Amino acid sequence: MRPTMTPGRFLGMSTLLVAPSAVMAAGALEGEVTKQATNWTAIGMFGLFVVLTLFITKWAAGRTKSAADFYTAGGGISGFQNGLAIAGDYMSAASFLGISAAVMANGFDGLIYSIGFLVGWPILTFLMAEKLRNLGKFTFADVAAFRFEQTPVRLFAAISTLVVVAFYLIAQMVGAGQLIKLLFGLEYWMAVVIVGALMMVYVLFGGMTATTWVQIIKACLLLGGASFMAFMVMSAFGFSFERLFAESVRIKTDLAAAEGKTAEEAAAAGQSIMGPGNFVKDPISAISFGMALMFGTAGLPHILMRFFTVPSAKEARKSVMWATIWIGYFYMLTFIIGFGAIVFVLTNPSFLEMKDGVPGLIGGSNMAAVHLANAVGGNVFLGFISAVAFATILAVVAGLTLSGASAVSHDIYQSVVKKGRADSASELRVSKITTIALGIVAVILGIAFEKQNIAFMVSLAFAIAASANFPVLFLSILWKGMTTRGAVIGGFLGLISSVVLTVLSPSVWEATLGNPKGSAPFPYTSPALFSMTLAFLGIWLFSVTDKSRRAAIDKAGYLAQEVRSETGIGASEASAH
Amino acid sequence: MQDSMLERIAADPNYQELRSKRLRFGWLLTIAMLVVYYGFIAIIAFDKALLAKRIGSGVTTWGIPVGFGVILFTIVVTAIYVMRANSEYDDLTERVKREALK
Repeated sequence: MRPTMTPGRFLGMSTLLVAPSAVMAAGALEGEVTKQATNWTAIGMFGLFVVLTLFITKWAAGRTKSAADFYTAGGGISGFQNGLAIAGDYMSAASFLGISAAVMANGFDGLIYSIGFLVGWPILTFLMAEKLRNLGKFTFADVAAFRFEQTPVRLFAAISTLVVVAFYLIAQMVGAGQLIKLLFGLEYWMAVVIVGALMMVYVLFGGMTATTWVQIIKACLLLGGASFMAFMVMSAFGFSFERLFAESVRIKTDLAAAEGKTAEEAAAAGQSIMGPGNFVKDPISAISFGMALMFGTAGLPHILMRFFTVPSAKEARKSVMWATIWIGYFYMLTFIIGFGAIVFVLTNPSFLEMKDGVPGLIGGSNMAAVHLANAVGGNVFLGFISAVAFATILAVVAGLTLSGASAVSHDIYQSVVKKGRADSASELRVSKITTIALGIVAVILGIAFEKQNIAFMVSLAFAIAASANFPVLFLSILWKGMTTRGAVIGGFLGLISSVVLTVLSPSVWEATLGNPKGSAPFPYTSPALFSMTLAFLGIWLFSVTDKSRRAAIDKAGYLAQEVRSETGIGASEASAH
Repeated sequence: MQDSMLERIAADPNYQELRSKRLRFGWLLTIAMLVVYYGFIAIIAFDKALLAKRIGSGVTTWGIPVGFGVILFTIVVTAIYVMRANSEYDDLTERVKREALK
């Protein structure tokens, strides 16, 4: 792959070593990238993926007739398949390229970061997964609004869903554009338009069935490719972690010495990749960020929606178990891949270039896994990994769009506007119109945010999901005393406070809005600790003080909800195929 | 669901057993997960040197088995819950359903 030198801020290795948080705080793929020469192998592989998924979409279209087919694939996905699809939804290109790059730059810190993304799954399993399946039909609002007044709670859930989806979507679109520029050598806007167009085709014609299969195929390709890379790295060291680590430390020490450090400093810098570094700055940020990741997972609308695609609570449980296994395995692989990149990429001059006197990866720091693919598997495997990375974004974007469309058509149009009386055909029509609208908006925002620092967006999506969706959903399932008023006020408090505190935090106030360093009014990395507390307090306070007639109905409805959530009696069945 | 059936289910000892067992076990594992994860984060936040300590004479530190251990723990607790739910809780659920529909 030949680099084309374009002007732009270059994120060199030394910048990464002293300022890890820029990459670490990013769930999104960011950092400046340089456009590469057109890579025909990668484009060919991606073309194959597109042809295959379009055939699947055609098949899925024949099975997508009702609104239930469109939202939940008719409930006919098995637990194992759904587990893979959830993993496919969750393992974004950002986590693959971003975490392996973070491990290459900072070693152990990359592991701390990835663990945060994993630990929410058990919580979701223990307290919510099966109950979600028993209570809901199409969206998480079905569950959150189960015994409450429909209009206000549905509106809250739909707004919160759309906000989360919007931030997540922008991050993915910008990531797609950067990645394609990087991997395929296409123009940024072309990449964004391709992603938008393909995603609309999948969702419009194939609904949840096509989206699920795109996610399953992508998850298999990504897990297969990453396994191969990790295997090649480990086999070079006789499958000894100690030898891999020892070589990595030696290389990092040499690099530090080459930068002019004394022997002692260089040795310390080399060994530092084996322990915690700057990722955890202060305990409050660490706990707050951990909470956003942990509870955000249990509040992401596109993930929650996946629980309605399986036929029963048993399959819902199996889904999370498989998802947890695949995602955990994947993060172990990215750790090995990151160390492999230290050994095989940082030492190979053909992957490096000098920029302003500092050596760095050709194409930017996020290229670690991509260059490693080239190093261990040659040009064809490089093309494969590039195509997988693109496919990854496509699958995530399709899932997000479907969940945004269902919030508009099922929660707003069907439940609020038509009071549950719209027929399946018109509800389906509204979701398709919304899909087109969301696709166009995503492309426009993707292009508009090209030059923006969007590092905060995925973290913000997680923070909102943890602060607005999670408390409402969690308490509506487990606390009898919750009322409509408490749900709506507490939910909005969580939503608004998480957005406002993020804007006032360093990642937006300083990095995006350009205010001087240290001037951010809210000093912590993530708002979740504060905004989640506020949401829980708000729900509690405005529920216990609620003496309205509606509050009595809300509480009286708890028993019916509890029995259904525990036993599944009355739960919506999978539609027959 | 009719109110009479609802009350019958709520009064069924099988149902009460199912509900309290699942609730207790779910919370127990949740708390275990919270302790493990936030314990991990707290160690890093308050004593970075602890996990940076080497095991034996090599470069590998205690952070590596601990970090991988947290990942494995996450997978194992999830599997434990799912296995118990898929056998014990589902049997109880079946019994509740049979009673209710009698």
